[in-house]
Parts: sequence; structure tokens; C-alpha cells
Amino acid sequence: METPAILAEALSKRYAPDAPPAVDALSFSMPRGATWGLLGGNGAGKTTTIAMLLGLLVPSGGRISVLGHDMARDRFSALARMNFSSPYIALPARLSVAENLRVYAHLYDVPEAERRIGELAGQLQLTDLLDRPAGELSAGQKTRVALAKSLVNRPELLLLDEPTASLDPDTGDWVRSWLERYRAETGCSILLASHNMAEVERLCGHVLMLKQGRVVDSGSPAGLLGKYGREDLEQVFLDIARGRQRVPA
Amino acid sequence: MNRAALRRVWGIIYRHLALYRRSWPRVVELMYWPVLQMVVWGFVTSYLAGVQGNTASVAAGVLLGGVLLWEVALRSQMGFSLSFLEEIWSRNLGHVFVSPLRPRELVAALMGMSVIRVLVGVLPAMLMAWLLYSFGILTMGPVVVGFFAALLVMGWAVALGVTALILRYGAGAEALAWSILFGLTPFSAVFYPVAILPGWLQPVALALPSAHVFEGMRAALRDGTVETGHLLAAFALDALWLALMGYVFLRQFESARVRGALLNIGE
Repeated sequence: METPAILAEALSKRYAPDAPPAVDALSFSMPRGATWGLLGGNGAGKTTTIAMLLGLLVPSGGRISVLGHDMARDRFSALARMNFSSPYIALPARLSVAENLRVYAHLYDVPEAERRIGELAGQLQLTDLLDRPAGELSAGQKTRVALAKSLVNRPELLLLDEPTASLDPDTGDWVRSWLERYRAETGCSILLASHNMAEVERLCGHVLMLKQGRVVDSGSPAGLLGKYGREDLEQVFLDIARGRQRVPA
Repeated sequence: MNRAALRRVWGIIYRHLALYRRSWPRVVELMYWPVLQMVVWGFVTSYLAGVQGNTASVAAGVLLGGVLLWEVALRSQMGFSLSFLEEIWSRNLGHVFVSPLRPRELVAALMGMSVIRVLVGVLPAMLMAWLLYSFGILTMGPVVVGFFAALLVMGWAVALGVTALILRYGAGAEALAWSILFGLTPFSAVFYPVAILPGWLQPVALALPSAHVFEGMRAALRDGTVETGHLLAAFALDALWLALMGYVFLRQFESARVRGALLNIGE
């Protein structure tokens, strides 16, 4: 039986012994090829969870396995097969788009790097931008470059932190459509953290609702809508965030 | 180190070389201070040689040799530390640390950048010393390569300590990257013998590889002899300090992963 893309068991994180847990007893198993969403308000534990999945942060308790690799003992094997994109982490601004992508092609030991960079540039409409410094690009162009960086190693698992934050609706829609097509073509597993409920509803087959570091509910977007008797995920999110009672289906 | 590891190391070096290619002020900055030091000390030694009525003064050579070799240690430490800081300033560390790059490979890449920065920074100053003041540091013979190597490694050891402090205290500790090695100058016996120092301070000086290098340099310039003991002591101390600071760096790196400091190290 194929190991899950992500297996988190009783995952917890406290930043200080007397601080409340940022993540508390989080357990889930995300199958290969799935797209899951991590939803929650500010301070719900989304960034902490993603940082632990990436090995940037050591959990206080519990265990993480990514693509069958135990992150406590063998995180570099997992990191070579996954990638990450976030609008909050920049790429060196003075380097050109091509130079930035070349750096990451080397870090991920990508074979035929120049061909891969050309391929991604074509797919993400970056060909005309390859020689431009990354710092001179618009928000939408930077998002496409960050996506290209995150795909340079053909990851089997992609972690996306608010992939369309600060993008205009048209560019945001373009990115979402592109991600849908990419997932269909490659079978890549995607875990995305987002505040954009429409995005989560459109892209994700399963949603984990986080509040104060705990999973307070989970299920498919349609299932959650039915469970809470709501029209859209935003209303479900508000019900959970404000601790409202569930409306029986 | 296997091929993939070497490629990851090259990836980080390539990133910095690409930065220098696009930023001439950074390249000028590499050469500016060593050349300026050489000009100032060159005139000082010319003046002193004139006062002594001896243009081939050994003292002049000792001063210029000290300036040039100490620049190797300074540029080596700064080359390593500032390359790490470049990643913080560009808010790129998050991407680097979620790639398969191991901490030891990052250290190897920063050492590589340090060597490049030393060569770009110190070679013009050496050339200037030769052209303007007829001081050729290579006249000391092959031992000068040993002096260079010992000071280069000492710079890495200090830089590992500085980087560990940055991991512990964030970018607020970055001022140390410029200043810390200057604080070791008095104990390194760059311009005077260790014997000049007060007795209680001499063991401190002799615990530094640099003090042995400069004792060796003075012997080479004064008597034309190679003091193997000093050179070996310098390398032994280098190995000790490098191992110790490497351990401190790795401990702080793991501690930063526990505290979540890698998420917001630029702040």
C-alpha cells in the first residue's frame, strides 16, 4: 500500500514551556495525489504546521512522515521530493528570474536544468521575464516566478502558503486554473494554506479547519457546507471562528 | 561529498557570484578597504624608513606584511559572515533551508565564497604593495601559502561563531560580522611580537592561530627562516577552533529550528 503524502500523528508545538500550544495534537493522513486545504484564522496554527512539515521547525511532540520519510530522521530525502511557495518569502531581488531558477535547479539537483527552466518559463508565461531582476517584477509576476521555483524539481508534494495573496482577481484565477491543470497532469499532492475560501472550495478535495492549533472540523468542501447548512465556505469559516453552533443538515 | 552535494554547494556560490555580477559597488567594496589599508600603511612605512635612513627596513616589511596577512583573516571572516547575511537581507533563507541543502553544505559554500572574496580583496592590495612600495610578500617563500591558509581557516572559525550568534540573536547581531575580528587584533600580535604583551596576556595570544602566523612571518622576514613549530601550532589551533565553532554553529542551527527562529530571522 502506498504511503500517504503526509502523515501527521499527534503533532504539537509550543514555542515556550508556559505558552499555549500553537499546534495541539494534530493528526491527519493526506493521500497521494490529493489537494487539501488548511483553513483557519490568524494564529490558528497554519504557518506553524507548514513550517513543521517542511522541517523548518521541530515539533514539541508527535511525528511527521512525508512521502514515507520520517522528518525527524530523514528530512533531506523528503525535501528533495517536495517544494514550497509563499509570497512572504522572497527570492533574491537583484538576481534575474533565470538566475534565481538556476540556483534552485542546482539546490534540487535538477537534471537538464536549462531545459527545465525553459519549460517552466513557457508554461508560466515567464519567457520574456527571464533576464529581468526578480525585484523589478509585479506581484503577479513574482507569484509566477515563485511557482516556477517551487516546481523546478517536479515535486511530488507541493506546500503552498496563500498562493494568491495580494493578487488581483484575474491573476488569482489564472494561478488557480494553472494549479488545477498541473495537478491533473502530474498527480502532484498539494497542501495549501489560504484565507481565500473560494480558492479552497475550488481547489481542495478536503479541508482541515484549524482553531487554536487544533482541527475543529474537516471534510470535503461540499460536506462541510451540508454539515453547517451554509452556502459557502466563508460562512462555515465564520461559524467555526466565532464558535457558533452547527446548523443540523 | 557526492556530486549532488557539490552541486548544491555550487548553487549557493553561483547565487552570490550572480549577485556580484549585477552589483559593481559590492565588488568595489571587496577591494576598497584592503587597498586603503595598504596605501595608509605604505606611506607610514615609507616615512619610518626615511626617518631611519634605511629604505630596506625590516620594520617596514613587518608592518606591510602584517597589514596584508591580517587582511586575509579579516576578509575571510567577513566573506563568510556577509554571504550568510546576504541571504537574510534578501529574505531568502526560508527557501534555502527548505531545500535539500544540508547545513554542512551551506558552510562549505560560505567557505568557498570566503576564498573568492579574499582573493578579490587582497590580491589588488598585494599588487599595490609591490608596485608602490617594492614590498613583495611572496619573497617570504612558500611558507607564505601556509600563513595565508592558517589565517583563512581562522577567519572561518570566527565567522562560524558570528553566524551562530546571528542564528541565536537574529540580524541584530549582524554588527559583529564587521567588528568582531578587529577586537582580536591586539592579541594576534600582528605588528609586534607576543613577548611585548603583558605576561598574563601572552597565553591568550598564543591560543590564537594568528599570533603564531605573525611570529612566523616576522622570523621569515627578519632571518629568512621557516619556524615550523609556529606554523604547525597555527594549524592545530585552527583545527581546534574550527571544530569548536562548527559545533556551536550546528547547535545554534538546531536550536533555531526548535525556537522557530528560521521563520523570522531577518527581524
